[in-house]
Amino acid sequence: MGGRIVMRKDYTDVVKKIDSVASKIYDDLEKTEIPYIQLPTRSKSNIEFNEKFNVWKYGKNKIQRSAKSLDGAYMLLRTMYIVDFIKEMIKIKKSSTLREMYYISEGWDLAKFHSQNESNSLAEDLEVITSCMREDFKLRPEEDGARVIGNITIEEMTRNNRKKKIHCQDDVGDSGYSIPYNVEPEKISFKSADVDFIIAIETGGMFDRLVENRFDSSYRALLVHLKGQPARSTRRFIRRLNEEKNIPVLVFTDCDPWSFRIFASVAYGAIKTAHISEYLATPSSQYLGVTPSDIENYDLPTDKLTKEDIKSLKSELTDPRFQDSFWKNEIKLQLKLGKKSEQQALAKYGLDYVTDTYLPEKLAEMGMIKK
Amino acid sequence: MSKITAHDLAKKQKEISVAEFFERNKHILGFGNPTRALITSVKEGVDNSLDVCEEVNILPDIYVEIKNHEDGECKVIVEDNGPGIIKKQIKHIFGRLLYGSRFHAIRQSRGQQGIGISAVVLYGQLTTGKHAKVISKIQEDRPATAIELAIDTNKNRAEVISRNIVHWEKPSGTRVEINIMADYKRGRRFVYEYLQNTSVVNPHAQITFKEPDGTEHFFERTSETLPRKSIEIKPHPYGVELGTLIKMAKHTKSRKLSAFLKNEFTSMGDRTAKAACEKANLERDLNPKEMTREQFLALHKAFKKVKIMAPPTDCLSPIGETLIKRSLKYETKEISPEFIITASRPPSTYSGSPFQVEVGLVYGGNLPKDATVKVMRFANRVPLLYQQGGCATTTAISSIDWRRYGLDQKSGKGMPSGPAIFLIHVSSTLIPFTSESKEAIADVSEIENEIKLALRICARKVQHHINKKVKRKKTREKFELITKILPEIAKKSSKMLDRPVPSLDAVITKIMDVVWIEDLIEYEKVSGKTTEKPVQTTLLKGSSEQHDGGAITKSKIMVVNYKRTSQKFNLYAIIPEDAVVGTVNPKPAKIKSNYIKWNLDAIASADKVDINFELAGLEEGDFDENDIYIENINPSYVIGADKWEGE
Repeated sequence: MGGRIVMRKDYTDVVKKIDSVASKIYDDLEKTEIPYIQLPTRSKSNIEFNEKFNVWKYGKNKIQRSAKSLDGAYMLLRTMYIVDFIKEMIKIKKSSTLREMYYISEGWDLAKFHSQNESNSLAEDLEVITSCMREDFKLRPEEDGARVIGNITIEEMTRNNRKKKIHCQDDVGDSGYSIPYNVEPEKISFKSADVDFIIAIETGGMFDRLVENRFDSSYRALLVHLKGQPARSTRRFIRRLNEEKNIPVLVFTDCDPWSFRIFASVAYGAIKTAHISEYLATPSSQYLGVTPSDIENYDLPTDKLTKEDIKSLKSELTDPRFQDSFWKNEIKLQLKLGKKSEQQALAKYGLDYVTDTYLPEKLAEMGMIKK
Repeated sequence: MSKITAHDLAKKQKEISVAEFFERNKHILGFGNPTRALITSVKEGVDNSLDVCEEVNILPDIYVEIKNHEDGECKVIVEDNGPGIIKKQIKHIFGRLLYGSRFHAIRQSRGQQGIGISAVVLYGQLTTGKHAKVISKIQEDRPATAIELAIDTNKNRAEVISRNIVHWEKPSGTRVEINIMADYKRGRRFVYEYLQNTSVVNPHAQITFKEPDGTEHFFERTSETLPRKSIEIKPHPYGVELGTLIKMAKHTKSRKLSAFLKNEFTSMGDRTAKAACEKANLERDLNPKEMTREQFLALHKAFKKVKIMAPPTDCLSPIGETLIKRSLKYETKEISPEFIITASRPPSTYSGSPFQVEVGLVYGGNLPKDATVKVMRFANRVPLLYQQGGCATTTAISSIDWRRYGLDQKSGKGMPSGPAIFLIHVSSTLIPFTSESKEAIADVSEIENEIKLALRICARKVQHHINKKVKRKKTREKFELITKILPEIAKKSSKMLDRPVPSLDAVITKIMDVVWIEDLIEYEKVSGKTTEKPVQTTLLKGSSEQHDGGAITKSKIMVVNYKRTSQKFNLYAIIPEDAVVGTVNPKPAKIKSNYIKWNLDAIASADKVDINFELAGLEEGDFDENDIYIENINPSYVIGADKWEGE
């Protein structure tokens, strides 16, 4: 692992990697060893900062899936079924959604999954083991990417194999351009981008508010709706824009521990997908708000932190991704306040407050616009 | 008012006739109500028959019939194949209260359980006015005697109404017919239960029960072996009462106190007799007939201060675990229980009386899961049907926390509920009953303790059984799955790579990483003349020639080494003490009365060894599960056997 992952149109390499999984098992059996597969531990305790890519990736801790235990044996059998299935899809040039694969596994007898979480997680494991992407495996998520509005032009390869240019203000309605699940160069490319920054917004309500108030035009912003925890394609889309067009990324979410994690997954890489952080994360992303300090500074309406909120804030204090002084201070402040707030709480001061006052003030503070 | 004098009183003072005594006390004698009267009547008859058959080594074949007349009157008929009663004794046995041979003897017998069959005759006479009829035959080539008799209640003597010589098909036996007032409708269930339970603890007896409507119930004989004969013993000094001691001294032939003690008591030798005399401050050559009350009192007190050996225990005749198990199995076959476990304690004593406790536990099958467990209580092979609440057996069961053993119990105390039947048998020369109706064993701490200990052994066996089953099941599941999953993994990978499917035996061995022991038991019917008699390598005590017929129990133990390295260890198989060991393969290192030991040669990884042995002298099903132990190997390596803890 570690090498830069690029989307391959040629699947020989994928097949080779998939076969190597089968060979590992086969060779173990032939040597009369108990077969096992090794992969990094995929948890908070095993992510570390990668200096080279400026993102958080899995560390050195490994776990073994061994046929010594019954659970391990099941995992190996399922892995064999999945790799065989992927190889078959590559051969017949088809793809399937993760959900479809889950339903197909119904026919896998002993190897069938008991929930889609199991099959999704195993597909991720396989990415980790082979350093391939699930797109390489012809597996795609059923969720699509989120919406985009702003002054950029995208060229998309449509299913009719025709290139189509889409301007993300003029050619789209108020709901914006919808990010496809595949955002690799063979699918989309950025023709032009005349914006100063990207604002990635957690909630649909706030996205629509900014659209209605024409914030994209008045502040030369590209608005991206994250739809909660952003899909891989959304994160990849943001990263590509940031990388290829050199556009700064700002993340605008609610003020609660779950929203901080949304930021972390955009900026640092998510724990679940730490094996491809360098591919999905945008290390230069900045957190715009709403911060716990904003609650105080803007005197926002609040809710009390729940037990779960407090627990996850405390967990974030030990999360290696939140160890800089900004986050430490903000998280500690929020624990002290015992309160949380939503993006849309800014409406307390009127519908235009967010676009007329809050955002300009914050953007100026961050040096994105001049005061 | 005139003064009442002693003379006036004397006019009112007279002997109370037995009949009056009986009439007033019939509730404590088991005739309290028409239901109890019925069951007591049957019981007195059947107990007598069983005792007398055993005494002369005849396998009892007992016939009980109840003819239901109108107005609550029944005719109870009990017939046996015993030795019969000689003509002149018939009237005494059936026509005099408190007459009998077993009352004075110190040995285990059923007779002490009840007041006697004559009480039934009297009850019948008092309630119906009808005479009892007895037929008895003592020799095959002689005719039978039929006597009709009543009891002269003033004299406590039989009054023979008629005596005839009759022809009777039976080689020998006794039949008694008594009319009594009884509630058959209510009593029926108890009579049935009593006879069924009797059959459980008397597997050598065959009992037929015919109901008034002609329905016949047959309680089969499941053992051809008569119980060990109990030997009569002399009283033990710890148990003797002062009055008895004085009476014994009056009648002894010994002229010196020391001789009296040695001759008339059990467990008394020179040393203990001397010690007792010294403690009582009495001369050893004192004439016992001339001793004063004070001297007796001193002696009686001295007994308690001297350490005297426990009485011999061959006066007891326990049923034995094999027979208890067999009987329970037979009686519960419709329930198809999951397992039957038995335990027995060595004989013990209380107040100079020997006793012994045996227990059995039937678990699972169709037994109700939410009802209180059923308890079958027995004293000297006689079922106890009433007063369960006040019985020492109940106290003992209630004191154990059964929740660990798959039963429900509120806060771990009291009677548990769940799919189980408990059997508790106490045998003793003198069962301490709570009252004269003799339906509950008194809370004598020694007896209660022994019952608890026996139940604990049982509970441990249950736990052991459950643990073994769970562990084995888990490993078996893993084994079955691994042997399915692994070939699938191999198949898929070889298909993808287009390579031949590799052999998996060695890998499966490594994954299992255990020594797997499994056993199988089969039975082979043997007719008396089979040519394939087992080669007897040893003959064990107590199991003698009469084992023609029956079944040969064939036990097979398979040992598979799923460890990576070869394994060498010793293996023990527990066998019932009353079994005869036949062919054993491979050659055992040792055969003892209760186990067979093998020193197994090193078993190579993935290799298998079969052990076979045969047992004779058991019925089919007596031995249905091997109890296997291992030695000189880490017990955690082994599935299907436990660590040998020594004998």
